[in-house]
Amino acid sequence: MSGIKPGYARALDLKHGQVDLTHGAGARAMVQLIAQLFARHLANDYLGQGNDGAVLPAPMLNGQPARLVMATDGHVVSPLFFPGGDIGSLSVHGTINDLAVMGATPLYLAAGFILEEGLPLADLDRIVQSMAQAARLARMPVVTGDTKVVERGKGDGVFITTTGVGVLPDGLELGGARARPGDVVLVSGTLGDHGVAIMSQRDNLSFSAPILSDSAALHGLVAQLLASGLDIRCLRDPTRGGLAATLNEIANQSGVGMMLQERAMPIKPVVAAACEFLGLDPLFVANEGKLVVICAAADAALALAALRSHPLGVDAAVIGEVRQDTRCFVQLTTALGGRRMVDWLTGDALPRIC
Amino acid sequence: MKYIDEFRDGAVARTLSAKIAAQLQPARHYSFMEFCGGHTHAISRYGLSDLLPSNLRMVHGPGCPVCVLPIGRIDMAIGLALDHGVILCTYADTLRVPASGGLSLMKARARGGDVRMVYATQDALHIARSNPGREVVFFAIGFETTTPATALAVLTAQREGLTNFSVLCCHVLTPPAMQQILASPELQSGGVQIDGFVGPAHVSTVIGSEPYQVFARQFHKPVVIAGFEPLDVLQAVWMLVRQVNDGRAEVENEFSRAVEPQGNHKAQACMAEVFALRDSFEWRGLGVLAHSALKIRETYAALDAERRFQLEYQPVPDHKACECAAVLRGVRRPQDCAIFGNVCTPDNPVGSCMVSSEGACAAHYSYGRHQEGVA
Repeated sequence: MSGIKPGYARALDLKHGQVDLTHGAGARAMVQLIAQLFARHLANDYLGQGNDGAVLPAPMLNGQPARLVMATDGHVVSPLFFPGGDIGSLSVHGTINDLAVMGATPLYLAAGFILEEGLPLADLDRIVQSMAQAARLARMPVVTGDTKVVERGKGDGVFITTTGVGVLPDGLELGGARARPGDVVLVSGTLGDHGVAIMSQRDNLSFSAPILSDSAALHGLVAQLLASGLDIRCLRDPTRGGLAATLNEIANQSGVGMMLQERAMPIKPVVAAACEFLGLDPLFVANEGKLVVICAAADAALALAALRSHPLGVDAAVIGEVRQDTRCFVQLTTALGGRRMVDWLTGDALPRIC
Repeated sequence: MKYIDEFRDGAVARTLSAKIAAQLQPARHYSFMEFCGGHTHAISRYGLSDLLPSNLRMVHGPGCPVCVLPIGRIDMAIGLALDHGVILCTYADTLRVPASGGLSLMKARARGGDVRMVYATQDALHIARSNPGREVVFFAIGFETTTPATALAVLTAQREGLTNFSVLCCHVLTPPAMQQILASPELQSGGVQIDGFVGPAHVSTVIGSEPYQVFARQFHKPVVIAGFEPLDVLQAVWMLVRQVNDGRAEVENEFSRAVEPQGNHKAQACMAEVFALRDSFEWRGLGVLAHSALKIRETYAALDAERRFQLEYQPVPDHKACECAAVLRGVRRPQDCAIFGNVCTPDNPVGSCMVSSEGACAAHYSYGRHQEGVA
């Protein structure tokens, strides 16, 4: 820092102030917002340099240059604050999880903010603080960022795009095209929590259910699973479109079918009840802290044990198996003993979920 | 939830399934129509056809509110949103129904129409109260199940003097539709076999079981009113099989936990206060039926969007290749339609039966096409 006094005298009013167009105009107000709000929470050596980009050391694994994995995720969730999380932590978890299911260890994060004129600075402060905490817990500093402001009515409070970089150990190959007939399908916990938590907060759906979003960073759970040395074919986080969309993606990528067991699905009674009430199927409702695992049948019990030994995987369950099926149908044996398809979600049951 | 789980018990389902199989006469073919989309959905979602013997077939009926709504009615709602600039409140199911000019309410929304999904008429009233400067129209669809809620909204708006609220009333009645199916040439000629009906669940909570007596007496078809849970459906099928085997044609009530013979008097009184019979109404699939739908009474004319915006109903023919009409009458199965699963899918529906999860085509596509091998 130079010894020159900053060109703004009055501190940012984090209690009553609002975002206005000058905060995105490249003027002193923007510098002040970055210094007194973003940098205050997200501070680290890279960000502190205040340059247009962060200069990062090339990651090495076992003395060799390691493969990088890069992922990006935009977040437009409404409302900004919901039971169990907010757009700040969600925007960190979302990108970490995209890296984690690739098998990567998260390293660095970049964040782009689109702020709407009129957004209370107190809300922004809360959001960035929550983001900083999530990043700190994951040891994934936000090393560079950007802020823009759009006119009132042209946004909805704040949209956040995060981009993450992680490092992938040699020899680890995970992917949606690797499922084979005979493999087993596992899920790391209860389904539909995030979607129902968001839905319970929408103003045209005034029901108050004690349901928390499952928003969480999954890299620790993934690390524990991979450390077990099992033959894991594929990992994925079932977000929008729920478990159904994720399994249909994998079935299509791998050219296989699946047979699931309805009885085996871990679903919280309160989520099941809310879905019943709203006419939703929990298999189609979004999750933000769950892992779908496809592994060799011989390793299923060990994979289940590995998941369950982590706090984020205590409700893990084996929910079905991969089958040969050139039509790539995901099917389900119902609790009554009948069979049905579990197809892609049609339309959008619930927009702006993440 | 405990109350629901008991009606989804796998062990009880297997027992019922075995009872049905034991009851069937092997040389005979049984064919029952489930009138309601709610039953169609339950049969598909729980895979109930796997629990029924091969000589027993369930025929999907027309009781899906979205499916029987003709294109012209959706056009009226779209016109209100796009040309009259109203806030159009609708149940979610109608959003994607194809209308004229490649539009749907969803597409009208993308073109700038203010179309909002609501779960209840109370939400529409709330929107009207919060937007006193805007016209708010509730697109009222459905059988007798949803009608009392619309009646209540009209009465509430009248009482509150809510002058910016009105209702586009498209409510239809169940008994005339059942009558039309039974009187259809296909059934009369024996081209289509229907041995009995799984009668409506929620509709019957409102109208009771009495209105179905005519079908038992005049058409000699058994009717078993059944709840929407899978065990309700299996139990009702078993009761129908027994009636057919005994040569009986009676109205029986499997859904006795919710349906009274005379129905819900309070709801009926509300409906009678607000609505009168229309002389005629066009249904998709069933054609123009006399005294088969409701309109808003003169007393509440100010709350009637048709009068308020001087809307004229214009009939629009269905897509030529679409077989929704025949599917709704139980004459054809969804998979018999040439465009099922190729041109017409839930993502790009051509006909209304491919839209709602209660529609026969959507239910078969989303839940049952593994039986057909349609990719």
